[in-house]
Amino acid sequence: MNAPAYNFAYLDEQTKRMIRRAILKAIAIPGYQVPFASREMPMPYGWGTGGVQVTAAILGPQDVLKVIDQGSDDTTNAISIRKFFAKTAGVGTTTATDQATVIQTRHRIPEAALHENQVLVYQVPIPEPLRFLEPRETETRRMHALAEYGLMHVKLYEDIARFGHIATAYAYPVKVNARYVMDPSPTPKFDNPKMDNCPALQLFGAGREKRIYAIPPYTQVVSLDFEDHPFEPYRFNAPCALCGAENSYLDEIVTDDRGSRMFVCSDTDYCEGRQAAGHHGALSAAPYKDKAQGDANG
Amino acid sequence: MTAMIDIAGANKTFTMHLQGGIELPVVRGVTFHVDPGECVVLSGPSGAGKSSILKMIFGNYRCDSGRIGIRHRGEIINLATAEPRQVLNVRRSTIGYVSQFLRAVPRVATIDVVAEPLIAGGMTRADAQARAGALLHRLNIPERLWPLPPATFSGGEQQRVNIARGFISDLPILLLDEPTASLDAANRAIVVELVAEKKRRGVAMVAIVHDDEIRHLIADRIVDVTGFAAAA
Amino acid sequence: MADLLEADQPLLIADSLSKSYGRIAACREVSFSLYPGEVLAIVGESGSGKSTLLQLLSGQLAPSGGHVSYRMRDGVTRDLAALGEAERRLLFRTDWGFVHQDPAQGLRMAVSAGANVGERLMAVGWNHYGRIRESASDWLTRVEIDVARIDDAPRTYSGGMRQRLQIARNLVTGPLLVFMDEPTGGLDVSVQARLLDLLRTLVAELHLAVVIVTHDLAVARLLSHRVMVMKGGRVIETGLTDQVLDDPREPYTQLLVSSILPP
Repeated sequence: MNAPAYNFAYLDEQTKRMIRRAILKAIAIPGYQVPFASREMPMPYGWGTGGVQVTAAILGPQDVLKVIDQGSDDTTNAISIRKFFAKTAGVGTTTATDQATVIQTRHRIPEAALHENQVLVYQVPIPEPLRFLEPRETETRRMHALAEYGLMHVKLYEDIARFGHIATAYAYPVKVNARYVMDPSPTPKFDNPKMDNCPALQLFGAGREKRIYAIPPYTQVVSLDFEDHPFEPYRFNAPCALCGAENSYLDEIVTDDRGSRMFVCSDTDYCEGRQAAGHHGALSAAPYKDKAQGDANG
Repeated sequence: MTAMIDIAGANKTFTMHLQGGIELPVVRGVTFHVDPGECVVLSGPSGAGKSSILKMIFGNYRCDSGRIGIRHRGEIINLATAEPRQVLNVRRSTIGYVSQFLRAVPRVATIDVVAEPLIAGGMTRADAQARAGALLHRLNIPERLWPLPPATFSGGEQQRVNIARGFISDLPILLLDEPTASLDAANRAIVVELVAEKKRRGVAMVAIVHDDEIRHLIADRIVDVTGFAAAA
Repeated sequence: MADLLEADQPLLIADSLSKSYGRIAACREVSFSLYPGEVLAIVGESGSGKSTLLQLLSGQLAPSGGHVSYRMRDGVTRDLAALGEAERRLLFRTDWGFVHQDPAQGLRMAVSAGANVGERLMAVGWNHYGRIRESASDWLTRVEIDVARIDDAPRTYSGGMRQRLQIARNLVTGPLLVFMDEPTGGLDVSVQARLLDLLRTLVAELHLAVVIVTHDLAVARLLSHRVMVMKGGRVIETGLTDQVLDDPREPYTQLLVSSILPP
């Protein structure tokens, strides 16, 4: 250990056991929000305190950790969490999706298909999908207990009534294992289909709200919809400007102060991998194409 | 027995709790019967209890003792002891009441006020309205008034709407409380005709009529209620 | 309607219902049966226990003594206290309605009128937007709300419209029994008249059984078949509405009736 002042992965063993028990329960009841005694972490709420605690509880010395924020390995949040565990647990880190065993994420699921030996840990700000329509926690818990989910469709109804289609583009509610309705954290609905029947274990941690929930490997995850307004993943009009990918989630980048913009893959590892393999987009000669390696220095 | 109404020894007293609990005897020992196709007119001075007797037969006033037998769907029901539900059923399919005053709901069109008893009895709206229209026409309510609520009509017009509503259904018993009170001669004559038609259909009627001429025209029998007046 | 009124099986049965808060008895030994299609008015002044009784009847409050039974759609009459929570809540979303005096309590104020009406349908598994919307439009029309307002939130509605929307929201699943707590309270007189007329029509058309709490005897006269007069948590007089109002027996009922201003 290169940080003897801390226990392995920062949290003490009792806390990790408590969190693991919550995780096991969450896996046993897919989609159900398990309360846990969330600890104060050395970072503000909203920066991934839930995800960090889950990651801390499951990390072993042999694990290889990847952290992404909106798909990117090189944002402040991703880098600081990666450094945090490199320091407190001494685990290996990577930006390559297929080499990671634990991937902590904020707001995205990597484009590359996940496999059985991986765990995807989501940072969740608000775990309760019914919250905005029913503010009483006592009532929403009862609704989950009795599988009373009519209210969820009220939200989708409102979307269609107002916009002519289901306009919810992120945190799009899903039903897990045909039982619990779950908020998939603010991932874009583009990623929803990746949750279904996924070989990797998916864990969700909400630090401020003190909830953990899970989707075990190969579990059915269905996005809610209406018969006459079926779920449709978001589609982009153009391919990635850098790697030419046509089926990845794109970020809009403003390139000057005259309204010019470009659309590039939000998953930086995926985009770089494709470019390295020789794929090109319309603007792939852009000046900042230099490839960052390993723990990029900001 | 074939009587439609058979009242025996019916008593009614009001206890006025707000006036120190004084007892106000209304009628005592009311006994008479009405056969099908017969119109019995109650007579007696004001305050003798004619209206109270009519209300007791309708189940509107409770009866302290005695019996008020009503032939309802072939069976005799004693309204003095009947459950509220039974009374409602009797009113729905046996006894109609034509009061002096129209108690109309705001916003309901005249034609619907009249048609309502038929619709409640299961007739389609269109058929009921057709029959209501024919009756209103006969009672000289001009068609332009039919879509309007009767609340704004004159006293005589309201009374005729009320009569139409009371006479439209085919109930075997009708109670008439001053049905001609505010009507002109022509309309009074129509009411007399309507009563005669009901008789021909075997309807048993009890009426209160102050107009001697009308009483003479519709009464088969007169029951003097002074004999039932409770000694105050 | 005649058949329904003559149905010989009660829909709702209250059997010596009591509720006390410490030494204060809010409701004492209330018993009655309500039949399909029957409208029962509970009248009395504030504090007489009528709202407590309504909560006991609708299973929102557990009685200190006595039982409430309800005949379920399968024809079996069951004690409400013996129902599971899921069954009770399902009953509340399907067979029952509850119209609150304050529409804000019975509506989702931030959600459109269409969704307010459609919610109960979605709760019982309707999954076709077009059909839900069609049904919501139909109900808005029936309660005399312009369908053009279907996407507006009830926040933007007048008091009378909100109350009519609340009624539509309750009736959309074709309930058999509706509880109403002072549904016309707090509305202007002209708005009240319209609402009463609408309620009267809907109740008759849909053969609803209704328990309506009101302190307004005119409302009781217009809507109900039967009246229960409450005072101090007790039912002091009960009977046909016109009988109780035209020939009141109890001193308190006579006082209530004589307190009405002549029309």
